[in-house]
Amino acid sequence: MPADSHEYTETALELESVSKSFLTGRRTVRALNSVTLAVKRGIVTGLIGPDGAGKTTLMRLLAGLLAPDEGRIFVLGIDASAQPQQVQSIVGYMPQRFGLYEDLSVQENLDLYADLHSVSSDERAVRYADLMRMTGLASFSRRLAGRLSGGMKQKLGLACSLVGSPPLLLLDEPTVGVDPVSRRELWSIVHRLVTDRGATVLLSTAYLDEAERCTEVVLMHGGKVLGQDEPAAFTRRFVGRSFHVFASGISKRSLQERVSRAPDVLDAIIQGSRVRIVTDRPVVPNATQLLGRDQAVEITPVAPRFEDSFVSLLKSSERVPPPSRLSLPGTLANAKAGNPDEEMIVVHKLSRRFGDFFAVRDVSFAVRRGEVFGLLGANGAGKSTTFRMLCGLLPASEGTLRVAGVDLRQAAARARARVGYMAQKFSLYGDLSVLQNLRFFSSAYGLKGKHQHERMDWALTEFELEPFADSTSRDLPLGFKQRLALAVALMHEPEILFLDEPTSGVDPLGRREFWRRINALAESGITVLVTTHFMEEAEYCDRLVIMAQGRILAEGTSEEMRERFRSDALPNPTMEDAFVALITGAATQQSGAAA
Amino acid sequence: MRLRGLLRKESLQILRDPSSIAIAFVMPVVLLFIFGYGVSLDARRVPLALVVEQPNRDTASFVAGFFQSPYFVPVPFATVQDADAAMEEHLVDGIVWLRSDFSRQMLSQGNAPVGVIVNGVDANNARLIEGYLQQVWADWLAKFAATKGIPLKTAVRVDVRVWFNPAVRSKDFLIPGLIGVIMTLTGALLTAMVVAREWERGTMESLLVTPADIHEIVLSKLLPYFVLGMGGMLLSVSMAVWLFGVPLRGSLWLLLVASSAFLLCALGMGLLISAVSKNQFVAGEIAILVTFLPAFILSGFVFDIRSMPLAVQLITHIVAARYLVRILQSVFLAGNVWPIVLPNLFGLAALASIFLALARRSARKSLE
Repeated sequence: MPADSHEYTETALELESVSKSFLTGRRTVRALNSVTLAVKRGIVTGLIGPDGAGKTTLMRLLAGLLAPDEGRIFVLGIDASAQPQQVQSIVGYMPQRFGLYEDLSVQENLDLYADLHSVSSDERAVRYADLMRMTGLASFSRRLAGRLSGGMKQKLGLACSLVGSPPLLLLDEPTVGVDPVSRRELWSIVHRLVTDRGATVLLSTAYLDEAERCTEVVLMHGGKVLGQDEPAAFTRRFVGRSFHVFASGISKRSLQERVSRAPDVLDAIIQGSRVRIVTDRPVVPNATQLLGRDQAVEITPVAPRFEDSFVSLLKSSERVPPPSRLSLPGTLANAKAGNPDEEMIVVHKLSRRFGDFFAVRDVSFAVRRGEVFGLLGANGAGKSTTFRMLCGLLPASEGTLRVAGVDLRQAAARARARVGYMAQKFSLYGDLSVLQNLRFFSSAYGLKGKHQHERMDWALTEFELEPFADSTSRDLPLGFKQRLALAVALMHEPEILFLDEPTSGVDPLGRREFWRRINALAESGITVLVTTHFMEEAEYCDRLVIMAQGRILAEGTSEEMRERFRSDALPNPTMEDAFVALITGAATQQSGAAA
Repeated sequence: MRLRGLLRKESLQILRDPSSIAIAFVMPVVLLFIFGYGVSLDARRVPLALVVEQPNRDTASFVAGFFQSPYFVPVPFATVQDADAAMEEHLVDGIVWLRSDFSRQMLSQGNAPVGVIVNGVDANNARLIEGYLQQVWADWLAKFAATKGIPLKTAVRVDVRVWFNPAVRSKDFLIPGLIGVIMTLTGALLTAMVVAREWERGTMESLLVTPADIHEIVLSKLLPYFVLGMGGMLLSVSMAVWLFGVPLRGSLWLLLVASSAFLLCALGMGLLISAVSKNQFVAGEIAILVTFLPAFILSGFVFDIRSMPLAVQLITHIVAARYLVRILQSVFLAGNVWPIVLPNLFGLAALASIFLALARRSARKSLE
C-alpha cells in the first residue's frame, strides 16, 4: 500500500462536528449529533448503520440539499453549505429512490443527464458505450424506464449519475430491495469506477454483508459515528469470540433462546442446525456457562464476520438489556392441541395467470404444524401473489390450496379465521393510537367484552407496548410498529401465521428481536409461513423454497441448499451464494432451452 | 444546453402522459360544451298554459303570438283549474288566462285584463318569463291597434335597445369569461401537479444535485406549460367564434397579450402551490380551492361582482381571473375598449409579477 499512500492521505470529504435536527410533529429529532468524519479519496467508503442512523441526512448534507445546524462540511475542498451549487455541479448523487423519469426511455433519461452535465456529443458516444457495457442496458435503450425491473432501474440510476464523469459519487442505499444478482452487478460497477477512473465513492447500506466489499467502513447509529476503519479491522477484534454451538436433544430454537440469555453471550443466531454465538471475551465457553447446567454440547470456533462487531457495537452503545424470557406460549392453547405431523398448509400445482403472463406457475409445497416455512425470492418472483392466494385475497387460476384443512375455494372466510396475517409495510392505521389499533383489529376478528380486554392486555405486556399505548402508531419507531403489527395478527389466537416481508427496513437488532418472537411462537406449535428477500433469514426457517419468475427453483433446508453449491471455489457458501447460483443456473438453463 | 435538455424532457413527458394533454385540451372542450350547450341563463321554450274561455278571432291572433315566439311552448287548457293542476305538477311554468269577456272589454275600453300566473320558484326564470310575456302582449296590442285603427293608449312607450349583445344571448357573455376559467386550470392546476409529481417520484432530488441552476429548473416548468396554456386558450377562442358564434369585436392580439399576462399569474400560482405541497393529490386540491373556484365564483364570469357584499368585492381584486374576464368580455362583445382594458391589463401585470417573484423565491435547490 505504500505506493498509494499519497492518494490515500488526501481527503475527499470532511465533516467537522456537524449536527442536524428535524421537527417531526411536535418532536425534534436529532438526525446527526456532532459528527466529525473524513473520507479518503480514491476508495469506496461504506456508510453502514440501521434505519434512522442518519445515513440519508448525511448524504443530503454532503450533496448540499440540506444545511447543517452546526459544524462545517467540505466536499472536495468546497464548503457545502456556503456553495451548494458548486458541490451539486461536480458530484454524482444517487438518492435512495433514484428519480428516473419512468415515462422516458433509458436513452432519453441518459440524454437528459448528459445535457444537464453539458457533455459534448463526441464525448457522449464514448461514455454511453462505456456505461452500456458496464450496466448491460444496451439492448434496452429504447425501453421506457418504468418498464425495467428493479435491479435494472437501479443500474440506470447509477448510469445517469455517472454520465458527467463525477470524481465523487454519493450513493444512498443503491442496493436496497434489489435482487442478489443485480446487487453483485452494481457492486462490480462501483469497484470498476474506483479502479479504472480513480473515483471516490461514499455508499450507504443497511446490508451488513456489503461492508466487506468496502475499503473502509463508517459505522453509524443514532446520529453518531461509532467507528471508522477497514472492515477487517472491525472483524479482527472478534477473533476467537465466535462459535457454533450444537446440542443434540435440544431443538435449535430453544437452544438459541437459552444461550442468548447466558451472561457472556453478546449475540446468538441460528445458522442451519447450529447456533452461532459471539462472546464478550476470546475464551471458549463451556456448557455450564451457556446453558446453566452441564450438558453435552459441541462448541466449535468459527471465523468472525463483520456483523458480529456491528451487533456488539450497537448493543453496547444502546446498552440493550439481556433479553427477557418470552411468555408467548400458553395463551395460544389451541395451537398446541393438534397432531404435530398434520399438514397445515398444502399447496398443489398452484398457478396464477394475468392474461398470458404466469405470475405463479405450478407451485407445490406443504407446511407441517409448528414449522417455519420460508418463501425466498427477489421482487417479482411470485411470492406476494402466492401469499395473496393463500390468504384468499386472490383466486387461483389452477391448482388446490388447503389452509388448516379447509379448501380455500370453498370456505375462504373459515380459513381466514384461523390465520393471522401480517401484511407488507404493516398496514396499521397511522392516525390511531396503539391501543385503538389493537381494539379495532380485535373487533374486526370478532373479539368482544372481557375476552377482548384480556387479549389487548396480553398484547401490551407481551410486546412491551405499554409505554406507547397512547402514542399514535405513525410516530412509533419502525421496530415497534413491527411489534404492533405482529400483536394485531395474533389477537384472535390463530394457528397459522402469514408474514409478508416482516423485517423489510428493520435494523439488525430489531430483526433479531422479531425472530426471537417468531421462534417462540413456532415452539408453541404455531405454523409460520414467511416471505423475505433477506437471504440470511433463510437460516431461521425449518424449510424453504426459492422462487424465481413464478416457479420454485429449489426446496429444502438452508443447509441442504448451501451444501449443493459447496465447491473448491466456494468452500463456505452463504445462502446468498446458493441463491445467486440457483438463479443464474436457471437463467442459463432457460436461454439454453430457448436456443 | 441544460435548459434545452430540461425542455426536451418536459415536452416528452407531456406528449407521453395523457393526463396533461387532457387537462390542457380536453377539459376546455368539455367545459365549453357544457356552458355552450348545457348551461344557459336565457329562458327558452318555456312550457306555458293557455286558457281561452271563449275563443274568437281576437283571442286567436293573441294566442298566435305565443306560438310564434321562440321563448314559449304553449299548451292549451280548457279551464283554469286544469292549468293550475298542470302548474303544480310542474308541467308548465306559467299560465295565461283570457276571460270570456276578453274581446268585449278590449273593444269597449281599449284594454282588457289578462290573467298571468308565473311559477316563482326559480325567481330569475320567473322574471324572464314575465318580461317575455309582456313583450308578446305589447307586440299584439300594437298590431291590434293598427288593424282596428284605434290609437293605442299607453302612457310611456318603452323602446329598449340592447347594446353589445343585441340578441341577449347569455352564451355570448358566458363563453368569453369561461376562457379565463379554463386557463386557470391549465396554468395553475397542471403546473402544481407536475412539479409535485417530480417531488413525489423523487426525480426532483436527483435533478437538484446537477449543474442545472434553479432558474433553469423553474423556466423548464414555465415555458412548456405556457405554450400548452396558450394552445388551450387559442382552441377555446376558435371554438367560441366558429362553433358557438360568439362575436369577436376586438383584436386578437389584445386577447393574446391579456391571456399571456394572465397565464403567467396562473403559472406563478401553480409553482407557488407546488412549493407548499410536494404531494400531487394535495397540490391538486389546493389548486382547485385557491385558483379554480375563485376564478369560477369571484371573477364576475357568472356572478356580477358589483352585486357582491363589499368585503367580497375587495377580495376579488386578488383574483387574477377577475381582470381577465373583464378584458375578455369587452374584447369579445364590445371591442378594444381601452378604458376597461388598460386598468385590467395593469392589474394582471401586477399580479403576474407578484406571483412569479414569490414562486422564484420559494424555489430553492435544497430540501428544506
